[in-house]
Amino acid sequence: MNVFKTLAVASAVSVCMAGSAVASTLDAVKEKGYVNIGVSGKVIGFSAPDAQGKWTGLDVDFGRAVAAVIFNDPEKARFTPVAFKEAFTALQSGEIDILSRNTTWTYQRDTKLGIDFVGTIFYDGQGFMVKKSLGVTSAKDLNGASVCTQAGTTTELNLSDYFVSKGMAYKPVVYESADEATVIYDTGRCDVYTTDTSGLAARRSTLGNPKDNIILPEIISKEPLGPAVRQGDQQWSDIARWTLFAMINAEELGITSQNVDEMMKSKNPAIQRFLGVDTNYGEFMGLTADWAYRVIKHVGNYGEVYDRNVGPATVLGLERGVNALWTNGGIMYAPPIR
Amino acid sequence: MSKVARSETQHPRRNLLNDPRVRGWLAQALVLMLLVIVAGYALYNIAHNLNKAGITTGFAFLSSPSGFDISQTLVDYSSRSTYADAFVVGILNTLLVSILGIVSSTILGFFLGIIRLSPNWLISKMAEAYTEIIRNIPLLLQILFWYLAILTPLPGPRLAMHFSDIAFLCNRGLQIPKPIFEPGFIATPVAFLGAVILSIFLFRWSKKRQLQTGRRFPDYSIAIALLVGMPLVAMMLTGFPLHWEMPVLSGFNFAGGITVLPELIALWLSLTLYSATFIGEYVRSGIMAVDKGQRDAAYALGHRPWMIYRLIVIPQAMRVVTPPLISQYLTLVKNSSLAVVIGYPDLIHVFAGTALNQSGQAVEIISITMAVYLIISLFISLIMNWYNKKYALRGL
Amino acid sequence: MSETWIPSPSLPSPKLDSGYAGWVKNNLFSTPGNLLLTLLSIALLVLTVPPLLRWGILDATWLGDSRGVCDEAAQGGSTGACWVFVKVRWGVFLYGFYPLVERWRVNFTFFVLAVALFPLFAPILLGTTKRKMVLYLLAAITVLFWLGPIPATFIACYLFAPFALDRLLQGKPFLELFGNQVVAVLTGIGSALLVGVISYYGIFLYLDEKAAGAIGLTALVLTLFLLFISRLTASGWHWVFLFTVYPVFAFFMLVGDIFGLPLVETHFWGGLFLTLVVAGSGMATALPIGILLALGRRSDLPVIKVLCVSFIEFVRGVPLVSVLFMASVMFPLFLPENVTFNKLLRALVGIAFFYAAYMAEVIRGGLQAIPKGQYEAAMALGWPYWKMMSLIIIPQTLRLVIPGLANNFLSLLKDTTLVAVIGLLDLLGVAKASMADKEWLGFTKEAYIFAAIVFWIFCFAISRYSVYLEKTYHPSHQ
Repeated sequence: MNVFKTLAVASAVSVCMAGSAVASTLDAVKEKGYVNIGVSGKVIGFSAPDAQGKWTGLDVDFGRAVAAVIFNDPEKARFTPVAFKEAFTALQSGEIDILSRNTTWTYQRDTKLGIDFVGTIFYDGQGFMVKKSLGVTSAKDLNGASVCTQAGTTTELNLSDYFVSKGMAYKPVVYESADEATVIYDTGRCDVYTTDTSGLAARRSTLGNPKDNIILPEIISKEPLGPAVRQGDQQWSDIARWTLFAMINAEELGITSQNVDEMMKSKNPAIQRFLGVDTNYGEFMGLTADWAYRVIKHVGNYGEVYDRNVGPATVLGLERGVNALWTNGGIMYAPPIR
Repeated sequence: MSKVARSETQHPRRNLLNDPRVRGWLAQALVLMLLVIVAGYALYNIAHNLNKAGITTGFAFLSSPSGFDISQTLVDYSSRSTYADAFVVGILNTLLVSILGIVSSTILGFFLGIIRLSPNWLISKMAEAYTEIIRNIPLLLQILFWYLAILTPLPGPRLAMHFSDIAFLCNRGLQIPKPIFEPGFIATPVAFLGAVILSIFLFRWSKKRQLQTGRRFPDYSIAIALLVGMPLVAMMLTGFPLHWEMPVLSGFNFAGGITVLPELIALWLSLTLYSATFIGEYVRSGIMAVDKGQRDAAYALGHRPWMIYRLIVIPQAMRVVTPPLISQYLTLVKNSSLAVVIGYPDLIHVFAGTALNQSGQAVEIISITMAVYLIISLFISLIMNWYNKKYALRGL
Repeated sequence: MSETWIPSPSLPSPKLDSGYAGWVKNNLFSTPGNLLLTLLSIALLVLTVPPLLRWGILDATWLGDSRGVCDEAAQGGSTGACWVFVKVRWGVFLYGFYPLVERWRVNFTFFVLAVALFPLFAPILLGTTKRKMVLYLLAAITVLFWLGPIPATFIACYLFAPFALDRLLQGKPFLELFGNQVVAVLTGIGSALLVGVISYYGIFLYLDEKAAGAIGLTALVLTLFLLFISRLTASGWHWVFLFTVYPVFAFFMLVGDIFGLPLVETHFWGGLFLTLVVAGSGMATALPIGILLALGRRSDLPVIKVLCVSFIEFVRGVPLVSVLFMASVMFPLFLPENVTFNKLLRALVGIAFFYAAYMAEVIRGGLQAIPKGQYEAAMALGWPYWKMMSLIIIPQTLRLVIPGLANNFLSLLKDTTLVAVIGLLDLLGVAKASMADKEWLGFTKEAYIFAAIVFWIFCFAISRYSVYLEKTYHPSHQ
């Protein structure tokens, strides 16, 4: 009898503790005191902890920007590595608030999986990496090759499409995680490793002898990588979307983390609006007037973030290419803030 | 839980709550209610979550094209095949590695069990050491060890180890010749089938004769001669309608022949080595369970050691060995799901992995996968029940 | 004529049948077939053991702290293992990525566990209460000098509380203190609630609101146990403490975020530490659930019986991998919005329920072996079901099924490696992850063999311990 009583009391108490669901993500995040960002966790340049356990990367900096917008403190972002397999469920179930995990924006994911992509942070495309010693210079020479890739990704589907369309055969070797696929590729189990080119560059830097591997020139798909939020909370989706746009707009306006304080005195009305000098655009999203200022002050504009994490000076050494601003020949373009 | 409150009855009858039957029904009603509430809540949440996420439920996705390729397919499959086809491919791959593993681990396990009881001290200690080492190391670790530390570091196809140019071993797997059947080959399996039927009749007849006259007939040797001879003769008569397709290095990989994937080898090898230690233990305890008097009596009758094993010990030991042996087979089938870590395309990897992520139908796919394993285990326990009914010792 | 028969003195046993030579002859070379087997096995040993020894020990690189040492050795023609690889990542193998400065918390948690388990698992080594007291005092003093006064106070309370409570309640069941049972029960529940509420608010007001719920609930449960399970022995108290106080303590110690301990999120957990957490908590939760399931399966109540049977048979029919996949992919969908479960917790729940089904089958076997007279005697005394089960039947059953439980625990320990499949970094996961380290590529064998040795030591120790327990506790040995 006491067993039943104990159980009853225990369940009553735990129900009380588990309750109190909050409707708005922003309020929930403010109450928690931090924003939880789901990252991939092992892709250098996008999200990886360094030797001291501090997270760095393009995806990570976006998470910090969101934290800066809400809390005026980029360190209020907590990063949770999520496996690709659980990424969408983690977002749907509220385990993470934002998914910033170099995920490709596709029609089905946007419409069918209950998540909303808020923009593109990196325009990417799928490519192939091979060992130099094979003497292959083009993807058209890959007939009959063994190809390592990760299970359940768009990569796997594009791969099949590409070989079918070129009338070539290949042997798929599919693993649950990209880490595993990379390690196995390095052992020589496969001739080719395929994923997005940014991923190829990041993965190549972790191989035994990066210089022995080349990335083939063919790009076989469009892979716009971007952060995603849960469907159904328009305010939260706006915050994530305009944080990204703010970073891009800042680069276009020439505002950097160094000169942002001087820019406050700028006479340019676009810059004034952007920094909220005498407007309060932040309130439309439930934020403060200086929301965009915080992003730039704490994290920097898109160009700074790009150069710091994946640009030519880093291990990845990726040129801006299509990711340059539309004014510089790229396709990176953000709607104006007004 | 009876002390909640006294019921306010006027009758001098005893309190209803103290009646064990009433209490039992009350408890059951409570549990059932709780279960219905929890299950209903979970179902409501699933429906709500899926609805909000805009995921369509149902099994319609099974007939849409999958779009991905699979590295080992026992039936025709391409990226234009459906999810249902991928599901079949996954099941067949699971069954393939399970059956291979069951056969080889049974052989190795019986061998281990018998030599552990050998009078030869050294060999029985070696078998014991093997058993103690292998079964105390996680299977997953062994699979990874064979795959990542032994098989993938092998040289590439161009430097493959070869066995007189017939078979090749490299990090792409084992390449062996593939038999190509020509018309007329059908005679050979037919002849084999005939030999099997003949042997069955032969065994029946020889057993009857032995019961009546006491004379033994060399049934085993004649049956083996039939089983080998008849297909051979049939093949000769039809003019060997069979040739072998040799594996040849072409481009990146070997072309022709059969490729046994390194994933399959690693999984098969480790399932065999691991399960054999358990089977060996069952066999050992089964043999030890046979009363020593049985063996002594057989010695006294002048049987040779091998005959004693074959005619007296093994048949009696099998009664003890078979039930745990069958559940070990079930464990082996379930353990084959560890394939997922090395990318062997079994049911879990292909269906609960790739197909789940491509289609997003988590609930349906996990349920189907579990149902398949449940059916397999139900099937195996049916066999076990049948066996127990047939062979268990009755009324001693 | 009578002849006296004088027996000739018995011959000494044949030389070749006694002594070392005889042993060798009888056990190794008795027949030609045997001789052949012996020679074959010697050949096999010669082929395998010396190369393994050379690779693993003689030619191996032990000293140094960078990859350069091993590369030099390899260039010098050595083909041995590079144990420097393991040495350099020793901390990672043990703790995963648990922050360096916080690792003492892991040590401390396990130290407390070891101290708490010692008297339960090796009662023979301790024997008398006096010796126990001395040992506990030593442990408390060690902690005092090692970690400071607060942990020392805690561990002292933890260790000595059973004795104090034992003294306090000896021979005086709470229920008999009052004349009326209803009054006793109401008083008991009332005081338990009071204790719970007081500790809840005590913690809430002075320390931290996060800990308050858990600690209040623990205090409540403990008080209930204290009052309603009369005449508990000291070891019974240890178990109660172990299953109620220790988990709460370990949770806050390892996760942190209260009492000034920084938060360590579970995705930093890893290595042997995580393996032991999964195995330990898996066993601790699976056993009670398994007992309930086994009782349910043998119950006369049809609904309960059907539910338990179908659960057990369902779980035993599916592989653990699929259960873990379900826990990681499907389970979040069962929960309402914004209520989330930590990934590690989900895996723990999956493993606990999975193994509970196996435990249930083992315990059912034991229940069937208990003579009917035991049930009948208890019923004749008018004992209610739960009292009969918990004091008469279950203790005897558990003794009977020790080997089966130990086997299950072994499988559980080995199956903890499966959490690597859903991305948790247990010992195997860490070994796998460390192979992907750019600085240390190509030491796959070392990583796996090291992990294998660690697992082997644990599993082998458990199997031997179960043999010892069986000998000590099994009725046929007493």
